[in-house]
Amino acid sequence: MEQRKVPQHNISTYANNKKAMYATDENGKYCVVASSGWDVEEAVTKQALRELQRLASEAHSRVSSGEASPLYYHMYARRMDPQILSESTGIYKWRIKRHFKPAVFAGLSEKIYRRYAEALGISIETLCKLPERVNSSAE
Amino acid sequence: MPLSEAMVFGLSGALMFAYLPFVKLGGMPIVAYRSLPKSIIKGLQKNLGITMKMQTFSQPQKGREALDTLLAQGKLVGAQTSVFWLPYFPEEMRFHFNAHNLIVYGQENGEYLISDPVFAAPVRCEVSALQKARFVKGVMAPKGLLYYPQKIPAAIDYATIIPKVIRKTAKRMLKTPVPIAGIRGIRALAGKIGKLEREDRRYAKLFLGHIVRMQEEIGTGGAGFRFIYASFLQEAGSLLDSALLRETSVMMTSVGDQWREFALMSVKAIRGKKSRSLDFSSLKMKLESVAEAEAAVYRKLLENRLG
Repeated sequence: MEQRKVPQHNISTYANNKKAMYATDENGKYCVVASSGWDVEEAVTKQALRELQRLASEAHSRVSSGEASPLYYHMYARRMDPQILSESTGIYKWRIKRHFKPAVFAGLSEKIYRRYAEALGISIETLCKLPERVNSSAE
Repeated sequence: MPLSEAMVFGLSGALMFAYLPFVKLGGMPIVAYRSLPKSIIKGLQKNLGITMKMQTFSQPQKGREALDTLLAQGKLVGAQTSVFWLPYFPEEMRFHFNAHNLIVYGQENGEYLISDPVFAAPVRCEVSALQKARFVKGVMAPKGLLYYPQKIPAAIDYATIIPKVIRKTAKRMLKTPVPIAGIRGIRALAGKIGKLEREDRRYAKLFLGHIVRMQEEIGTGGAGFRFIYASFLQEAGSLLDSALLRETSVMMTSVGDQWREFALMSVKAIRGKKSRSLDFSSLKMKLESVAEAEAAVYRKLLENRLG
């Protein structure tokens, strides 16, 4: 890519950061150019974020209607899925899926709650409740 | 021993391609344009004669103590981490990707001082947050990996090393026995795209988006590390005064440009109206032509005497 063609689209997903791009100058010599982003990259990052948001919202309504346990929501709210949650807790996927049942989840031991809470980076108190609004984020 | 980033990348033999349909990351297969951090470091040791100390830890507490001790000795320490748990990343960039790399260069007021390749300026990170990011479990789990150079050779015999490593990289890309690595991996991915028609439309769009993210979002320099490799070939060409290497650098730049054209086409398909059907066969053909262009670079590198 030529230096003058390095996109500078100020994309929102960079949040005012810049990334280094390797590009050629007018003599064909490689140099490092700071780029404020390419809208193509922005489109796919946003697509992925929208999908995570959709999963969290869907989970939120399933939990609020009593179909699933709060764990189900918090997993998606933390941008995880059963596989990632299983790998980060060491709990088998089939067990996690059982814990998505509200009645099963309510009867879990403190120890299991702690494992989930730690992997999700939230408190046990937060884990056992459904927040009023959907928040699919890392914070 | 001053070494450019591109030189380090090229001489570690890090360039590659892999499409792992059976290893899923957030429901999507792994598409990688470079080797994993650990094998890149091993490549550096082997090819450049740099002795790197590499350590992983089964106990997080030990991993933290080791890092703190090294920092107290004034060392710069490389670390593998997850992206999701690093609070200095903007919300929009925080995904569960575990093969991220950064350099810790100090500690101050309960925070680590970090140079992160994604950001131009140094950043700070709470001790407990970096700890969590280093010891997250799962696919490509970092296990607290730390690395730092122990012995650096006074001089490098470029005339021997450059041709050797380039040939090895080209061979691996071209003549792999595994149908999902190297050029065969790119073709396998193209084949998969051709079959996306059978899949649910939303999944198909997410799949395309995922490839583009792995290509552009992850890593340094754009177009799945092909530009940084082209930069390496150019630098190697000047060092060895080789017209062939300079020529292949230009070819590799064009390969990177074609990867970006593929990305642009994919995004156009993703954005397409509901009523319009997605044109998977042109995407497949585009990726096949990228594979062919990339294969031509490696063939040229293998068929000729380098330097």
